[in-house]
Amino acid sequence: MSEAAVAHHTSTGLDSRKMAFWTFIGSECLLFGSLISTYLVYQGRSVSGPTTDILNIPLTSISTFVLLMSSLAMVLALAAVTRGDALWSRVWLATTALLGSGFLGFQAYEFTHFVHEGLTLQTSLFGSTFFVLTGFHGGHVFVGVLWLLTLLVRSFQRKLGPDKSLQVELAGLYWHFVDVVWIVIFTVVYLLRQ
Amino acid sequence: MATAALTVDAPGFGSRVWSWITTTDHKRIGILYGVTAFVFFLLGGLEALVIRAQLAQSSADLVSADFYNQLFTMHGTTMVFLAIMPLSAAFFNYIVPLQIGARDVAFPRLNAFSYWVFLLGGLLMNASFFFGAAPNGGWFGYANLTSTQYSPGLNIDFWVLGLQILGVASIAAGINFLVTIINLRAPGMRMMRLPVFTWMTLVTQFIVVTAFPVITVALVFLMFDRTFGTTFYSVAAGGDVLLWQHLFWLFGHPEVYILILPAMGMVSEVIPTFSRKPLFGYAVIVYSGLLIAILGWGVWAHHMFAVGMGPVADAVFSSTTMLIAIPTGVKIFNWLATMWGGKLSLKTPMLFSLGFIAMFVVGGLSGVMHSSAAADLQQTDSYFVVAHIHYVLYGGAIQGIFSGIYYWWPKMTGWMLNERLGKTHFWLSFIGLNLAFFPMHFIGLLGMPRRIYTYDAVLGVDAMNFMSTVGAFIIGLSTIVFVVNVWYSRRERIEAGMDPWGAATLEWSIPSPPPNYNFTAIPEVVSRLPQWSDTEMKAIPTEPEGEIHMPGGSYWPAVSAVGILVLAVGALLESLAFALGGAVVLVVGIYAWAFEPFEM
Ligand SMILES: [Cu+2]
Repeated sequence: MSEAAVAHHTSTGLDSRKMAFWTFIGSECLLFGSLISTYLVYQGRSVSGPTTDILNIPLTSISTFVLLMSSLAMVLALAAVTRGDALWSRVWLATTALLGSGFLGFQAYEFTHFVHEGLTLQTSLFGSTFFVLTGFHGGHVFVGVLWLLTLLVRSFQRKLGPDKSLQVELAGLYWHFVDVVWIVIFTVVYLLRQ
Repeated sequence: MATAALTVDAPGFGSRVWSWITTTDHKRIGILYGVTAFVFFLLGGLEALVIRAQLAQSSADLVSADFYNQLFTMHGTTMVFLAIMPLSAAFFNYIVPLQIGARDVAFPRLNAFSYWVFLLGGLLMNASFFFGAAPNGGWFGYANLTSTQYSPGLNIDFWVLGLQILGVASIAAGINFLVTIINLRAPGMRMMRLPVFTWMTLVTQFIVVTAFPVITVALVFLMFDRTFGTTFYSVAAGGDVLLWQHLFWLFGHPEVYILILPAMGMVSEVIPTFSRKPLFGYAVIVYSGLLIAILGWGVWAHHMFAVGMGPVADAVFSSTTMLIAIPTGVKIFNWLATMWGGKLSLKTPMLFSLGFIAMFVVGGLSGVMHSSAAADLQQTDSYFVVAHIHYVLYGGAIQGIFSGIYYWWPKMTGWMLNERLGKTHFWLSFIGLNLAFFPMHFIGLLGMPRRIYTYDAVLGVDAMNFMSTVGAFIIGLSTIVFVVNVWYSRRERIEAGMDPWGAATLEWSIPSPPPNYNFTAIPEVVSRLPQWSDTEMKAIPTEPEGEIHMPGGSYWPAVSAVGILVLAVGALLESLAFALGGAVVLVVGIYAWAFEPFEM
């Protein structure tokens, strides 16, 4: 694929795929915006079931930290790919995917723990809004992990040279976006709980 | 490759079908959109005719109350999502790349994907009729009528899943066209030189990309409520059914502009051409389009005055709604000023554009009437609203689209449509629409509610309802005249040439229909109206200098779309096997798509 040639022909000079991705992220903002707004509107209106007291802030702070670190690893992965450093590309791509999986592990633990405590999707408004909001975010992280693993495989196939750095850049954009969304969710749901 | 299927002695039937399935040419995808959407338009029209036949007299029992519910739900849903939106999309696809001087859209395969997803979503939604379970909750599907308690059948599930699928198609197409218009303009084609149709496409896609995620979330909540027993719209659990109304109309009002802005763009192309004058106040039209898109986000609750939001909210939404009438009115005056002192030529496209202006003003005026919360309480849920929406969407959007069809048909097929049949179509349609929809104002003010399958003779609206039914059938007749015109045009084959109307924009500088690469050489644009300028654009050579590489076809977009359909069927039947199968097909499709060699 003649990526460089395509990039030069655009009216703005910005690669079309990158522009498409920014547009997609803009669209995603409204998706999460609607989910978060619903959570806020329904906050404190549950009539039964466990309340936000069951949220474990210290534990989630750790998982948040894990996700933040994965963004750092993502930056390093892109840098390594751009300078054509195959070894460190793989190391940092794998690290990012691993940290992302770690975050998902925390979430899986949290969800099962809540179910044991008697909070499910059906229990209350809190249960419905909490699981759907954080579940949607978790789904996005999951897709991101698959994407990173795909890039990792491409790297092992020696098909992820510096000329393909845009592919890593797009994955990075997505990853950082998902990360930023989590910071908003963490703040709204956990830190400002009512 | 693009023209192969259009010539008479093309290869065998199988390979022709295959070439359409795998096509990534924006022009062929535009034709696919157009034909599919027109079939859905006929289907939605048929539903309307059955509705009108039922309402032709009081206490009729042509259809049952339940089937009537399915009819009006599917009529509304079909016309909005399967007819008007994709008919506009047909023109986005075919015309926009030509107007900006591009060889295709930014992502040809994503474009094919959008079409296939749209087609399968529309088919899924309509397949419900075969199960006797067509959606029956109204096109805005208010909670908690849509809950499993009140709608236990599959009807609402078909609706939810169908809309979710169509949303995927719309967002994908929205991103594609935003990038195409911003990034694939020919040299010299500055933003403020873009034809107004392209500008309105850009604004429309901005609205699509921002508004559809909101309804996606509303539908996800509904789907989860119905399938997994969540409590989003459950009053018993403390939930608020108004959450649905807010989310739906937060999407739904911008959706109105998704329906009308493309038609406004088409009219803005037709009127200057047939007035032999440049559009009056180009910049003002563009900026009012942008303003409508922005203000359109702040008016949604005018659909909810009747739910009792309180005086402050009512006042705010009343004012913003009145405010948004200003940029809309500005456009009307611009079109009128364009015609003022022009050399008017009343060809069929122009007639439909004039019809658009007149009827849109009527619909706009009743719209401004609703914007007053106090007046709205008298009108809401009555036939007055039905009159309003049909003046805006048939008198406005559909007439605008027909204007576009008559205008660009010669460009797309290479043949002219017949003028006499065209004028017959216009006048029948114009008379029919006024006969069908004008009495509805009075029917509504006299107290007939919408969405009720019959009415009592005591109400005294029999005669007007009969009139309305006659009007509806005249509209049906006018549509048949159009179909005859299409057939006639294919038989007569009167060649259009490059620029049969003497129009100004770039798409008229190339052959009709255009070769698959569109432009032999990418043009250098020096003015807003390249065909009308004294400062001539460098002529586009008749033969390309070298061979022009166009992207080959791909079937992976269609495969991915099938994956989405199977996934949805799995959700519908609550069958894990189906859902997983669909997911696998989707994932395989996306990976194969991402890694197949494809020349851009
Ligand atoms: Cu509205």
